[in-house]
Amino acid sequence: MGKTMLEVDHLKTKYITRFGENVFAVDGISLKIEEGKSLGIAGESGCGKSTLALSLMGYYFAPLHYQSGTIKVDGVNITGMKPDEIRKKVLGNEIAYIPQAAMNALNPTQKIISFIEDVIRAHDPGASKKEIYDLARERFEILGLPESVLKKHAVELSGGMRQRTVIAISTILSPKVLIADEPSSALDVTSQKMVIKMLRNLMEKGFIKSMIFITHELPLLYYVTDEIMVMYAGQIVEHATAKEMVFDPLHPYSKGLMGSILVPEKGARDTKLTAIPGTPPNLKNPPKGCRFADRCRYAKPACMLHPIAESRLENGRMYRCYLEEKELREVYQDE
Amino acid sequence: MSEEKKPVQNSSCLSGTGVTKIFGMGKEKTVAVDHVDFQFREGEIVSIVGESGSGKTTLSKMLLGLISVTEGEIYFQGKPRDMKGYHKKKEYWKGIQAIFQDPFSSFNVFYKIDQVLLDCIKMRGGARLPYEKKVEMMTEACSFVNLKFEELTNKYPFELSGGQMQRLMIARIFLLKPAILLADEPTSMIDACSRATILDMLLKLRDETNMTIIFITHDIGLAFYISDSIYIMEHGKFVESGTAEDVILNPKAAYTKRLINDVPKIHEEWDLSTV
Repeated sequence: MGKTMLEVDHLKTKYITRFGENVFAVDGISLKIEEGKSLGIAGESGCGKSTLALSLMGYYFAPLHYQSGTIKVDGVNITGMKPDEIRKKVLGNEIAYIPQAAMNALNPTQKIISFIEDVIRAHDPGASKKEIYDLARERFEILGLPESVLKKHAVELSGGMRQRTVIAISTILSPKVLIADEPSSALDVTSQKMVIKMLRNLMEKGFIKSMIFITHELPLLYYVTDEIMVMYAGQIVEHATAKEMVFDPLHPYSKGLMGSILVPEKGARDTKLTAIPGTPPNLKNPPKGCRFADRCRYAKPACMLHPIAESRLENGRMYRCYLEEKELREVYQDE
Repeated sequence: MSEEKKPVQNSSCLSGTGVTKIFGMGKEKTVAVDHVDFQFREGEIVSIVGESGSGKTTLSKMLLGLISVTEGEIYFQGKPRDMKGYHKKKEYWKGIQAIFQDPFSSFNVFYKIDQVLLDCIKMRGGARLPYEKKVEMMTEACSFVNLKFEELTNKYPFELSGGQMQRLMIARIFLLKPAILLADEPTSMIDACSRATILDMLLKLRDETNMTIIFITHDIGLAFYISDSIYIMEHGKFVESGTAEDVILNPKAAYTKRLINDVPKIHEEWDLSTV
């Protein structure tokens, strides 16, 4: 067993709307990542994936507020820290974050090398220009990016190259946890593959110790991550290894998600795409019972009554459903 | 190339020979679409697949008549397309409609939702229908896309979610009933789960109205699932075309092979070394 890099225990964060209502977008999430492992988070738009990513950094700004729970990075609790402290001590060298539109995040008037200088100097003010340049050149070479990129401006690079540059910049300090929020969804397939290859490369070379990969593209998760969590309405509904999740989803919602995968393979045209009817619940006043119940084909009246607790299988796989594993497998068999 | 015109079949809804678009001139000349021939039959779902910068959006703009064709001819329902003058254009747009990638920028922000839908009825020549009849039509269109008309009236577009807007665009197409629907990356901004819903609706629309649907996309998995035939576009040219099974399961062109190889797969091995 490797060292635990990130441990989150019953984290709850909320948005406060301008009418004073509390919206719990992250509602009691626990997770744990060991060194050298990666975790994927899947779910549809609005389920709280990106809010979870922001919350994990411990860096809250209105309208996002912290409610309860702990976040431990390599054993250190970061939940009580002041924003300034977090920015100096945690972001960059402990946790790095790649936002969704990362490739538009580069200031067009700065050269790539000066971003790297900024990142390194924020944590080590004494670093000399030459040291930084050598480190950057070495890192870019290993990651397969040309050295000439360092002297260019962001506008001179193509979208895919810009995205990979951003990833290289944000991981330059070898963070313990990398949170990648849809790093490839705005790119075309070839650039996407390059990004995926680069992330795997970073993991293998040990530049990042663990990774959280957030996306709604399930085939990608299968290739990048070891474990997958499916999120729905602020909660985790299933947590399993990547293989189990893709080939044998247990929760009805995960099953629906896996049924919406489109791949150019033999037989893909014959299987009908399954769409999940309805829309996710409004988190201003979430349903009392199972949050997925009103969209679930297998829902029973009892599902609506009480909050559903997490159940665990023998191999540690977690799911949140009123039905037992055996019952679920039976209803899937009958179809 | 454009001299030898191919005979146009009766069932063909939209076809073109030697269609070319050149931007700029002299040294700055860019050939965005380079002598492409195509034939889209009635009731067929066609996908045009290519990467960013391959010219798919330029081609779609030419098909819609938003930009002029530098060379070549486009035939609409067997006859050469006539776009001279505003009235001719308006007549043509009754036959071809489009839905775009970004639902947020597709609605007039000052129009309420019922005004948007009323405009569609007006365009179909229903301006003088009694109001009850119009409401009935709008309710039918909304229920076709699983929306409730009563909840939408008196709302402005910004009050809807992205998924609702995307579905409302399909409701608009349902009211207009064009012969051809051009869908330019309609699902690239929404997640996999809502994508399935939208695709189901488009398939239903095709089955009910025998509409030709042209999908412009870079998602080869999506193209394989939904289309009858696929055109693969590279640098402004069609490098391969044929039925979906032929193109995806037996690719001939190197570019097609690369595209298919670059998409993550589930049941087959995904080769990461070839980038």
